[in-house]
Amino acid sequence: MTNELIAITLIWGFIFIYAVMATMDFGAGFWSMVYINQEKTKATNIANRYLSPTWEVTNVFIVAIVVALVSFFPGATFLLGTVLLVPGSIILLLLAIRSAFLVFAHITKEYEKALTYISGITGIIIPALLISVLPITHGEFIEMKNGTPALNISRLLTSPHEYAFIGFAISSTLFLSSLLLADYSNVADENDAYRIYRRDALILGPISLLMALFIMLTMQREATWLYEKMMNYLPWLIGSVLMFFVAGIALFLPSTKHKEMRGRPRLAVVAIVIQYFLASYAYGKAHLPYMIYPDVTIQSGFTHPNTFRALFASYIVGFLILFPGFVYFWRLFMKDQRYVRQKNEG
Amino acid sequence: MDDLVIARSLFGTTMAFHIIFATLGVGIPLMILFAELLYQKTKDRDYAVMAKRWTKGLAVLLGVAIPSGTIAGVQLSLLWPGFMEVIGKVMSLPFQIEIYAFFIEALFMSIYVYAADRISPAMRILSVTLIAIGASASAILITNVHAFEGTPAGFRIENGEIVDVDPWVAFFNPSFFVTAGHVVLSAFMTGAFVLASIAAYHMLRTKHHERVYRFHRKALMLSLTVGGIFSLLTALNGHESAQLLHKYQPEKLAAAEGLFETQSHAPLAIGGYTDRETESVKWAIEIPWALSFLAGNSFDTVVRGLNDFPKEWWPPLFVHTLFNAMVGIGFLLILLSIIGFVWNKIMKRPTFPHWLMWCFIAAGPLSVLGIEFGWIFACTGRQPWVIYRMMKTENAVTQTGNLATLFVLFVAVYIILSIAVVLVLRYYFRRHPVANDLEEKPNEGSLQM
Repeated sequence: MTNELIAITLIWGFIFIYAVMATMDFGAGFWSMVYINQEKTKATNIANRYLSPTWEVTNVFIVAIVVALVSFFPGATFLLGTVLLVPGSIILLLLAIRSAFLVFAHITKEYEKALTYISGITGIIIPALLISVLPITHGEFIEMKNGTPALNISRLLTSPHEYAFIGFAISSTLFLSSLLLADYSNVADENDAYRIYRRDALILGPISLLMALFIMLTMQREATWLYEKMMNYLPWLIGSVLMFFVAGIALFLPSTKHKEMRGRPRLAVVAIVIQYFLASYAYGKAHLPYMIYPDVTIQSGFTHPNTFRALFASYIVGFLILFPGFVYFWRLFMKDQRYVRQKNEG
Repeated sequence: MDDLVIARSLFGTTMAFHIIFATLGVGIPLMILFAELLYQKTKDRDYAVMAKRWTKGLAVLLGVAIPSGTIAGVQLSLLWPGFMEVIGKVMSLPFQIEIYAFFIEALFMSIYVYAADRISPAMRILSVTLIAIGASASAILITNVHAFEGTPAGFRIENGEIVDVDPWVAFFNPSFFVTAGHVVLSAFMTGAFVLASIAAYHMLRTKHHERVYRFHRKALMLSLTVGGIFSLLTALNGHESAQLLHKYQPEKLAAAEGLFETQSHAPLAIGGYTDRETESVKWAIEIPWALSFLAGNSFDTVVRGLNDFPKEWWPPLFVHTLFNAMVGIGFLLILLSIIGFVWNKIMKRPTFPHWLMWCFIAAGPLSVLGIEFGWIFACTGRQPWVIYRMMKTENAVTQTGNLATLFVLFVAVYIILSIAVVLVLRYYFRRHPVANDLEEKPNEGSLQM
């Protein structure tokens, strides 16, 4: 593996982890808004109990991605920074408001309702904007204006390809988060909440798959180069769709925990993560060597080799230091029955 | 306004906003750690309550510090793509390592806040220690990038190409330790004085509630002690910072002191404003020979004046006022700590007089102001360079345009967040008065965060 490949793989790994964590984060915010008036089901509580300790850690990942991008591929930074000024700024503003009000809502219970709406609505808009970075890297929306690259926003906003990605981002966010919350409430023995989130996942799963097909359809027309290269990874894509059906079946199998219930949400979650992993691998691999088509490749944007070596060493040390912290964190909030099953959160 | 001015204003506003919360995010964890340690040592439950209440406040502040820091980090690439291209090639290590520090802080902050009731006291102390270390390390590392901008090292630019890159030489650039130290020490000082302000304010208002009064008195004494120590250390380190300027960025020191002619036995001008026409500092108090002594520890040290440098390299001359304001506030805070110490420990008076209490109340806002002045001085004093003698700020700025709209949007969000954070803090602490915390029995789980 070349240095460039190692670097882009690390970044891709970060993006994948962030995508899963952020999906949970944003989706949970949305669900707690939707079920805010469902006193009986505790569906909101479940979402909040998950959300409270994790948003800070999730937020670090977005900074980690930006830093990794700048430090490994400074040559891509210039172009990306220039064309993403407007969408990036809007994402930042929404993220700032959302994270701040998430904390405020937790501290001041009386305003919780209004604040829940803020985090719920932004929870849908932010993923839609974040994913727009992908079609922008496909190249068709970047043009030269007076010698400097610029984003053609009107073209972006009239492109079916962009809307396919937006639709995919929103439906995936809601699908993944309802599935994960179904699993979380299953662990917590909150059967009513489990039923609701399982139903939501069953509705949203097919929608997100349709959106993925819509992406491929529009890609064929708008980013032919990428479409053709992705077809080289057809087995990965087929595998991905198969995992989707595995998850679907898992949700209808009889529950191992409660006799009267249906579904094995843990199995479904694992299958869906594999589904997204396979699909995003195919997408990422086909995207190479371009970071931004056709101007920046991973070779042309790469950092100085000396800097890469130092960064790589720091990654190893950093991982060794952080890993026990992550394990401890996981055990306290995802495994510890005292936390997961508590009667009232906070 | 041209794009460069708007870009600088936008980024400057982001930083001015962020550093208030970031500074408190570095300073307050240290105070929480001291309160936790005092609780374990004295078993005085007041200190546990103190740690709990400070943590609540910190959690709210971090709700703004973290997203505004995210904005600052990403905005660097969006507004200064040219600068970040160089940083990415040469100076990305501190950014990268800061991520690890940030992770440690975020993980253990969540653990300390949301799992406090489920972990042992030792684990609680370890968590707060790691929060404090993570926050301080973040500050040190991000300041290192600022240090690098002033004293770049570890690379050369040859025909527009970056060559001879040594990321560790860049990391340990000449001003790293002194500059990073200055930021961390002043953050510890500010965190302590802000808490001192709050405690002093409540002491004035709760004179008749003996129990609550005693609680705030303990908080005040702890904050004043920590604030006093760190204000002294900040000043000592500040002296080194000035000597560093003398050595590495002489025109920045000349602008800070309003010195035009290169000379030995240079005078120190305190106060006043720098007048470009007459090339002098008007209305200043001049202490003969003092600047030479401060710059090089001897009166015959030659201090270079602005006239030694081409005019287009001059920093804006108003930095003299910013510099004086920062140093003035620093000395005021030291003086305040000394008076408080003498009053309490040497004269053994049980209470502070009213006027002194009001001075303590002013200490918090003053130290925040000092931080702001110091930071604006440090960044505008480096102009016109973004990387000293390597890259001009105007060559680093984005070419996108349309910055004015974004500027307005960001400022609006900062205003909303500022108002919200004040409202939330007021609301929370009004609904949960300290008297309630003090009355609760320890075995009722009152120490849950």
